[in-house]
Amino acid sequence: MKLILEMFPIALMFASPLVIAALGGLFSERAGVVNIALEGIMMVGAFAAASVTVVLEPSTAAAPWIGMGIGLLAGILFSVLHAFASINLKANQVISGTALNILAGGLTVYLAQIFFRQQRTKAFSTGLSKISVPVLSDIPLAGDMFFKGAYPTFYLMLALTVLTWFVVYKTPLGLRLRACGEHPQAAASMGVDVLRMRYFGVLVSGALAGLAGGVMVLSQDIQYTVTSIHGAGFIALASLIFGKWHPAGVLGAGVFFGFSQALSLYAKDITFLASLPTEFFYLLPYALTIVALIVFSGRSVGPRAAGEIYDAGKR
Amino acid sequence: MTKNQAKFAVPLVAVLLGFITGAIIIALTGKSPLAMVLAMFRTLTGFDLTGRTDFNPRYIGEFILQSMPIILTGLSVAFAFRTGLFNIGAEGQLMVGSLAAAMTALMVSAPPFILVVLSLLAAMAAGALWGAVPGFLKARFNVHEVVVTIMLNYTALHFCNWAFMTYGTLDSVRTADFPAGVTLKSVFLAGITNGSRLNWGMIPVALSLLVFWFIIEKTTFGYGLRAVGFNKDAARYAGMKVERNIVLSMVIAGAFAGLGGAVIALGTFNYGRILPAFEFYGMDGIAVALVGGNAAIGVLVSGLLFGMLKAAQPLMQSQGIPREIAGIIQSSIVLFVAMRLGIESLLSLAKRKQEAGK
Repeated sequence: MKLILEMFPIALMFASPLVIAALGGLFSERAGVVNIALEGIMMVGAFAAASVTVVLEPSTAAAPWIGMGIGLLAGILFSVLHAFASINLKANQVISGTALNILAGGLTVYLAQIFFRQQRTKAFSTGLSKISVPVLSDIPLAGDMFFKGAYPTFYLMLALTVLTWFVVYKTPLGLRLRACGEHPQAAASMGVDVLRMRYFGVLVSGALAGLAGGVMVLSQDIQYTVTSIHGAGFIALASLIFGKWHPAGVLGAGVFFGFSQALSLYAKDITFLASLPTEFFYLLPYALTIVALIVFSGRSVGPRAAGEIYDAGKR
Repeated sequence: MTKNQAKFAVPLVAVLLGFITGAIIIALTGKSPLAMVLAMFRTLTGFDLTGRTDFNPRYIGEFILQSMPIILTGLSVAFAFRTGLFNIGAEGQLMVGSLAAAMTALMVSAPPFILVVLSLLAAMAAGALWGAVPGFLKARFNVHEVVVTIMLNYTALHFCNWAFMTYGTLDSVRTADFPAGVTLKSVFLAGITNGSRLNWGMIPVALSLLVFWFIIEKTTFGYGLRAVGFNKDAARYAGMKVERNIVLSMVIAGAFAGLGGAVIALGTFNYGRILPAFEFYGMDGIAVALVGGNAAIGVLVSGLLFGMLKAAQPLMQSQGIPREIAGIIQSSIVLFVAMRLGIESLLSLAKRKQEAGK
């Protein structure tokens, strides 16, 4: 029991970027564009955030936050490519996303060589620091779980989840966004500009995934390398499916995957798990993702028009 | 422009645009695009256009060597694509293929030649098994193959490392050498290419290209696979076993990629390797398949093209151009192929202008 309590802050650290990126995917897919490029956008965001942090760290304590902001902007810029290809040029969205994923690996390391003359960014000295919320951290149980030694990005994740829920379900904008993902022709007949809504969805997903990349590298790494993101974008995509394209579900799924990653760090302390090889725990989050997809395969119904090229003349 | 013309024109223009993008990025970062062109020409032909060094056939050997595994992963991706499946898992299928080939070579005792064949077959079987998983999940539970194959790549990476470390590694990076003679290496091929690593892996690659072409173009089975790719519901209505075809397509796709793993283990190296991260053979395969139009001859040509790009990396790096430019060019090409509608309208615009000019 004590162990589970100890695992909480670590699991939430792993969960935060997953959930933020998955919320990005939610915006894009709800608008009808599959965004398999979350991984690549996270890499670009992480690279930008890490680079800016390295450069600004000596002069300001706010460097990681500025870094994450730049990561967010870089994510938007990078996702424009996906939006242009899949919305304007009617490209196959999975292929376009895959191209971006490969591009991200090449581009970030290329730029690292130009800026830092090595295959990775320079190491930053602290990155994000853990905080303890005064008063709240004194609450028994919940204080240890949520308010002691947590990264501030955890609260950012919660805020973004609520904000996403509000925008997507409680505003006219959200209604139009969802309509474009379910039946774009019907939305168009009511005067919704489908192409613009889809652009909005993809760019928001770029912003959130870029931010998520920054969050991930600054809380879990000491520098950006080509393996900094190691599949988190794809796990975020799985969280989206697992969470049935709903913000609350995404939050739950992301936390689940966060725990599965934290398990690998704590396995040696758990008697019946300690005998298993470490590689088993490395592959566990990925294997669990597949299992989760199977279990929820029958019930998860995504936006009906996600992945479909918008053809205004189709009935 | 007719459809047939577009089939060739779009990839060609995409390749051209990809290289132009690469050249622009090189120029923007203050390096010389000319150095890139020289490096590629040298890799392709062995000639140094600056005249500073002599003709060296080793470059040709190395470029064909680099092409071999990515032609196989290209065939893997293309085969699944023909059935309407997107196999991003060639990477993992190749890794388990490598593992199976190495384990067979190290643990089975048989005459060298037979052991080589056994290793190749084991690699194909392992790749096929790894490919069968997403195929089955797609057919039975309708789980999207893209996410599953990606997750299986990571699973394969850690699984193979575990298996190697548990059964017979020399140190933390490699196994012992394979027994004498259990190799695809060739003194003859290395000799005519000035000591390159070119090897008899060419033969399974050539056979695979033939088998791919034959199954897809010449058999009823291949026709059924393509029918599922064109329209699942129509194929089902016509009485084809859609689910079975999906699984079989992934099994065969996995076997191609698995064979690629054996070609690397037995040909390029002479031992099994523990990998810290992916080597992106699967991603290369996606580019090869897309640019090659998912057909055997196209995969061969684009496989050689991307093999050249990979082999030119060290030369470019020595000229101060970061080697990652190859990945940037490659992914730009994929992106441009995906943007085919834009390229088609560009081409027809150019044609109209040309006609107006006459």
